[in-house]
Amino acid sequence: MGKLLAIVLVLIAVLSAYPIVSHMFVLPQDISTHGHAIDEQISETMVEAGISFIGAQLVLAFFVWSFSGRKDDRPLKNFPGGARALVIAAFLLVGTEILALGVMGQKAWASVYFTPAKPDDIQVQAQAEQFAFYFRYPGPDGKFGGIHPEKIDEGNQNYFGLDPANDVEARDDIVSGELVVPVDREVHLLMHAKDVGHSFYVRELRIQQDFMPGLDLSVHFTATKLGKYEIVCTQLCGLGHYNMKAYLNVVSQPDFDKWLKDQAGQ
Amino acid sequence: MSSTTLSSISSQAGALSKTRHVTAQNVLMAQRSERYSSSGIWVGVFAITMSFAAFTSALFVREGTGDWTHLALPQVLYLNTLLLLASSGTLEIARHRLSKEEGTRKASGWVLVTLLLGLAFCVGQSRAWLDLRAQGVFLATNPNSSFFYLLTFLHALHVCIGVAVLVYLAGRLLASHTTFRLGLFRNTVVYWHFMTVLWVYLLLLCRMKL
Amino acid sequence: MQEGSLEQAHVHAPPQGFIRKYIFSLDHKVIGKQYYALALVAVFTGMILSWLMRIHMVWPEAKLPFLEWFSKNGAPGGIITPEYYLSLLTMHGTLMVFFVLTNAPFAAFGNYFLPIQIGAEDMAFPRFNMMSFWTTFLAWVVLMLAFVIPDGPPIAGWTAYAPLSAVGRDAGPGMQWGASLWGLSIAIFCVGSLLGALNFIATTLDLRAKGMTLMRMPLSSWAWFITSCIALLAFAVLLPACILLILDRHAGTSFYIPAGLVISDRLQPHSGGSPLLWQHLFWFFGHPEVYIAILPSMGIVSHILVNSMRKPLLSARVVIYSMMSIGFLSYMVWGHHMFLSGMNPMSALAFSFPTLTITIPATVLTLMWLGSLYGAKIQINSASLFALGFISMFVSGGVSGFFLAQPSIDIYLHATYFVVGHFHMVMGVASLFGVFAGTYFWFPKMTGRMMNESLGKLHFWLTFVGTYCIFMPFHYLGLIGNVRRYQSFVDDFMAPYLGWHKFMTIAALITGASQFIFLFNLIYSRFKGKPAPENPWNATSLEWSIPSPPPWNNFGAKHPIVYHDPYQYGVKGSKGDFVMQDSPEQVVSASGD
Repeated sequence: MGKLLAIVLVLIAVLSAYPIVSHMFVLPQDISTHGHAIDEQISETMVEAGISFIGAQLVLAFFVWSFSGRKDDRPLKNFPGGARALVIAAFLLVGTEILALGVMGQKAWASVYFTPAKPDDIQVQAQAEQFAFYFRYPGPDGKFGGIHPEKIDEGNQNYFGLDPANDVEARDDIVSGELVVPVDREVHLLMHAKDVGHSFYVRELRIQQDFMPGLDLSVHFTATKLGKYEIVCTQLCGLGHYNMKAYLNVVSQPDFDKWLKDQAGQ
Repeated sequence: MSSTTLSSISSQAGALSKTRHVTAQNVLMAQRSERYSSSGIWVGVFAITMSFAAFTSALFVREGTGDWTHLALPQVLYLNTLLLLASSGTLEIARHRLSKEEGTRKASGWVLVTLLLGLAFCVGQSRAWLDLRAQGVFLATNPNSSFFYLLTFLHALHVCIGVAVLVYLAGRLLASHTTFRLGLFRNTVVYWHFMTVLWVYLLLLCRMKL
Repeated sequence: MQEGSLEQAHVHAPPQGFIRKYIFSLDHKVIGKQYYALALVAVFTGMILSWLMRIHMVWPEAKLPFLEWFSKNGAPGGIITPEYYLSLLTMHGTLMVFFVLTNAPFAAFGNYFLPIQIGAEDMAFPRFNMMSFWTTFLAWVVLMLAFVIPDGPPIAGWTAYAPLSAVGRDAGPGMQWGASLWGLSIAIFCVGSLLGALNFIATTLDLRAKGMTLMRMPLSSWAWFITSCIALLAFAVLLPACILLILDRHAGTSFYIPAGLVISDRLQPHSGGSPLLWQHLFWFFGHPEVYIAILPSMGIVSHILVNSMRKPLLSARVVIYSMMSIGFLSYMVWGHHMFLSGMNPMSALAFSFPTLTITIPATVLTLMWLGSLYGAKIQINSASLFALGFISMFVSGGVSGFFLAQPSIDIYLHATYFVVGHFHMVMGVASLFGVFAGTYFWFPKMTGRMMNESLGKLHFWLTFVGTYCIFMPFHYLGLIGNVRRYQSFVDDFMAPYLGWHKFMTIAALITGASQFIFLFNLIYSRFKGKPAPENPWNATSLEWSIPSPPPWNNFGAKHPIVYHDPYQYGVKGSKGDFVMQDSPEQVVSASGD
């Protein structure tokens, strides 16, 4: 039965690797400026993980095949080099791997979190609530009005709790259920949670960031391709979590300006 | 840690449990009976320390938000501290008495004083809570009061457990025909002193942070 | 006059009466079996919950009439509501992580075999030991009560993030009494685990038999010892976390709930709390917890492998140090669950480095297992099959960790099926393989009867292939961005992949059904299995030197004396190619030196 285990192990290794190697599962298209660094990181890691995975399963299979079911009296042998060789191998292999992945990965992380915002970026505020996303643009005055939680009124579509009567800056704020952004312009997304924890995830943008109630968080990104992309919530937020989504609509700059004007007019 | 250090520590711990018994009969019995565990209480102390460390880190995190205010500690806390320190002293005297051949009755007296001081401490702590309540400061009034009530209550709860064990031990000491559980007594001494040290730490923490 | 005498610890008379023998027993062996029984109930419950989840996900129209009877609110008309799906998900995770993976490899087998393997008569504190089981049992009862209350179990996941878990009913169904029962249950569980961990540590340090130095302990005992050290620290932090949660929920405090939250149209009367605080406290416990789940299985597998290979490991010492390093490092990595939580992005890099570093001892362990197989004489039986399968599973589950340890990749893979695949493979499968291996190996000792080998092998094959079929696809789905904790996929994005979901569901149903073969084997063999000799596996450690099943005081009147390392295999012994630890004979190597 040891031989059978060896065969099954090989089959498992091959069958598990097949969907990856044959590109049956491809990451969604990358529409961001920083995404290629992440995708490269994933590919690198896939190679190393793949080699480790397949290598280990094959070695296990080979050893089980060779050293089980032995009826003869062949003497026991020890792996050449013994424990010391293997420990050194582990340190060297894994050590270099960690350094490589860690150093490379740092750059990708830094490009998302440590690059300063561009001066002409577009400010948008996202509010996550049970179970929808709303987006607020500052309007022509370029300023966001204050948020007053006690003034929130879903029935009258005052999702953010704005007080235009007393707050000048709030009067021209534009609230939308869709995140409309111009292509190739950096967007600075300010993130506000109304009730519980949520998360903002756009697969194609390679962006994911939690909304943390009580904290002012933000992400910035630049979308490089026109189109409509799903924004989904990835932090368990209640019974409607599975259905909590919005759309990122990447449009040309003229279309974006026109859309803002139309929204302001309303 | 090398294996030799670890095993020598544990064998030393075992040896300590044997050499504390001063009478010949005790030594004989120790050799024949099962070795009891002397490390257990330290493990327990460590776990309780970690829990209060978790509360401390929660306090530091919570301190960073806007609604942190200031809590004036009730003065009775300082009296309670003296009571608890005294109780550690009296328990040490009891322990000393018990390590000599004679004086078991005297030791029981000191154990009783210790537990009474411990009870007085708990009463004093509830006095502190009543003082705060009289000023309208309750558990949920502000984050400072939340931590104060929480930390002092949990500590007092642990002290009460110690008091309960001391009651049991005093009982066995006074009823001289039963075997006296020296191992349990020594563990309780460690626990009790830890309660005192922990209280001093909590008092300083509350003074400096709340 | 001698006033009172030194107490004689552990010299308790043999237990009398049904209650003392089987219910409130002080005997570590009975307590171990009680933990095992609890874990069995929990694992089958958790498995059925996962079936319900998966059936609902791929066949949402399917009516399950018995479920309507079980919960009118949760499954009206036999169809699971979105909130009930989350309830099932929460209870599945909670039962599996706490009541199965902490109980079975650690509390069950550890309680039964640690004292015996080190030559002790019982645990250091038998009364605490009994209390630890019944406390854990109470925690389980409290948790299960959440199923019977009208509003149902909580919907916040086993991770119970604040503020969702802290604000009460406004946050959703099940978040009032369900969540309170959850919090209480976990707090009680912490107490039980702390008592257990204390016992393990004290017993290992103080009650080893003569000649049983720490380095002569079997690897399974080492694993239980290291795990108990981890558990002591971890549960000592989870308990405060739960206390603060309970206070926020019931006493109006604001440890975790900030100001200005509007939930269900109500402005919540809290201010200043930090949801991030819950995450820090929870994951400071939560990450070591997963090593609590896997380390005992590593020890058990090492122990069994050596026996079935008839050859010691290349270096037991290296294995011990690797397990210690994993335990130590496990406390430095908790932030890798929080890369995207809004904590300082610099700290993400700080957490990433030790996370990647854990790969080193994990690789060392894997190479030790593999390297030791070289030149061995592997005996194939149910126990060794699961032990070998463990190595395969540990590697499979572990390599996906390379991805998740890097914050930049985690941006994409966080909260996707990739994560679910990763932790199910290491915890749900590999760890459980250790439990299965241990069961087949130690059943003869515990009951005096052998389990049925053919059924055992059948169980292995179905489970080994089955779990690969279930959990490999999780990784692929994660790569394309399949989000987790969704009760159904209502969008076009996921439509091309629903076939894979069906495949996984069918695999889960088949593999789950196979576990009943194991259950049947357990119960049948307990009563009708072939009588087992004292040492059916020709093994060396102390548990094999006593009768099957062992007497109430393990070693009878005589205390064992240990002369050797635990793994003298491949030598010329008086009984065969091995020398037992308590045998005074000299060890002569097979080649004659």
